[in-house]
Amino acid sequence: MPRAWKYGDNVDTDVIIPARYLTTSDETELAEHALEDLDPTFAAEVMKGDVVIAGDNFGCGSSREHAPLALRGAGVSAVVARSFARIFFRNAINTGLTILVCPEAVDAIESGAEIRVDPATGTIEDLTGGRSFRSEPLPDSVRDIVDAGGLVPWVRNRMAVTR
Amino acid sequence: MGQTITEKILARHSGKDDARAGDIVMCKVDLAMANDVTAPPAIKAFSKMGTERVWDRSKVALVASHFVPAKDIASARLMTHMRKFALEQDIEHFFEVGRGGIEHVLLPEEGLVAPGDVIIGADSHSCTYGALGCFSTGVGSTDLAAVLAMGEIWLRVPHSMKIVYDGVPAPWIVGKDMILAVIAQIGDDGASYMAMEHVGEALAHLSMDSRLTLSNMAIEAGAKSGIVTPDAVTTAYVRERQAVMGRPRDFEVPVSDADAEYESEVRLDTSSMEPMVARPSLPSRSVPVSEIGRVRVDQVFIGSCTNAKIEDLRIAAYVLGDEKLAKNIRLMVTPATQRVWQQANAEGLLDRFAAAGASVSTPTCGACLGAHMGVLGPGEVCVSTSNRNYVGRMGDRTAEVYLTNPAVAMATAVAGELVHPEEIRAAPPLRQGALVA
Ligand code: SF4
Repeated sequence: MPRAWKYGDNVDTDVIIPARYLTTSDETELAEHALEDLDPTFAAEVMKGDVVIAGDNFGCGSSREHAPLALRGAGVSAVVARSFARIFFRNAINTGLTILVCPEAVDAIESGAEIRVDPATGTIEDLTGGRSFRSEPLPDSVRDIVDAGGLVPWVRNRMAVTR
Repeated sequence: MGQTITEKILARHSGKDDARAGDIVMCKVDLAMANDVTAPPAIKAFSKMGTERVWDRSKVALVASHFVPAKDIASARLMTHMRKFALEQDIEHFFEVGRGGIEHVLLPEEGLVAPGDVIIGADSHSCTYGALGCFSTGVGSTDLAAVLAMGEIWLRVPHSMKIVYDGVPAPWIVGKDMILAVIAQIGDDGASYMAMEHVGEALAHLSMDSRLTLSNMAIEAGAKSGIVTPDAVTTAYVRERQAVMGRPRDFEVPVSDADAEYESEVRLDTSSMEPMVARPSLPSRSVPVSEIGRVRVDQVFIGSCTNAKIEDLRIAAYVLGDEKLAKNIRLMVTPATQRVWQQANAEGLLDRFAAAGASVSTPTCGACLGAHMGVLGPGEVCVSTSNRNYVGRMGDRTAEVYLTNPAVAMATAVAGELVHPEEIRAAPPLRQGALVA
């Protein structure tokens, strides 16, 4: 069962994936160093489907798209935070990493808890704590991109129409 | 109800008479930028978007800045990838190593930025260009790829935060101190998703170099953009750069209406300020330099898109005078662009830094992001003129970074510990924020 990895506020993209590894944009290679300056155990112990829980301003700093890629490559199925920095928010949507804004879930869920996230409904179940939460819905314009499967197919559809 | 400068620019670029904070608009882009780290993933995404050519080869800038001159084989590959694309697509503004520098200082210098423009850059500090009165923001590589394909981007029109700088700036106070003081006041996400609109009488005393620093660090408060109301300083600078570069282009000079709506307002009295120092490991941990106490320092870095422009190097050289660097300090000076390097060389500044015992390098982002040319080891302490002091940003995760203006940085390099520049030298005579030689 997927587990929660809980961190604090202002988890910046430099700690999500340090610049020294940006010579590749391969997800699997990046994943080996995901969060290494914040939590050296993460990359080795994270399991497919695990969820990152964080406070305010997750993904602040550098615009590197390598950050959502590193998390996805590590098997992270979703990030649940109190709030996201805007460039990370766009990058996650564009590359298909599930991100959910839900302050109540962040407050309640303990690190290591077993949790289940349903991206379609935005539901976050804390199986250890026995509670369930509903995240804030995405704006419609953003929903369109998610529904298209990310920004690349969204642009492809749009280009085909205007052609 | 009137409109902010940001609302006006975004309305005009999305074919609307009126755009309001919160609206989602499809916005035409005047200039799209990527660098050697962000361009390769953007090129990969672009190749899957169903088009062969970029929408307008004259509106794309590709800049070699981060890992250049290539620091290893992998970074050489990144450059190969970007170079090949630039040549195949016949990109007009491709800046090779030795012919450019750090994008956020380079593009204004090249006369490629004008008031009223919309600029989208695959680099978070793309907010810098707002110093010239344009809307400019950073995005990731896939967003940039979409701009390369369509020439447009979807944006939510941001709410604006008005930041009023009162008074005549106190001695030593430059754009860096002002923006650090603002971030200390509002926090690292204090302007999240907003446009920071810089106004007030103090700005008339700020050179373009200092204004670029002010808008550079909007992202460190989480902002989408930072914009300085264009004035006589702006138009004189833009006209001069366009003329020098042979790129004349008409531009409008938008300003906010008197009754425009702001989400919030922050005021700063610049006349009573002291130079600011951001303690590790967040820019918001900024305090006046006199409150900093004793800090042992190993490395001083005068570089980055924030503070390695000609004015920054002049102030650093002024503080240095004929002194030598303290024995316990190593100083890296990395001019922001090739043109800044040449100018500093012509003025004899580089030679003075070298004679004092500094390592003077070719333009690159280098040490700013812990990439190369000054990476910090375990437990080391660095005073840096750059914009981020996050954990691990400049090297090992146990290294610590203090952010300052160039005068404090050079004073530290001479004194051997973090000090007020006044301890080394009397305050310089300034005119419009620039050193009177
Ligand atoms: S100098 Fe530093 S902050 Fe500026 S663009 Fe380069 S890496 Fe980014």
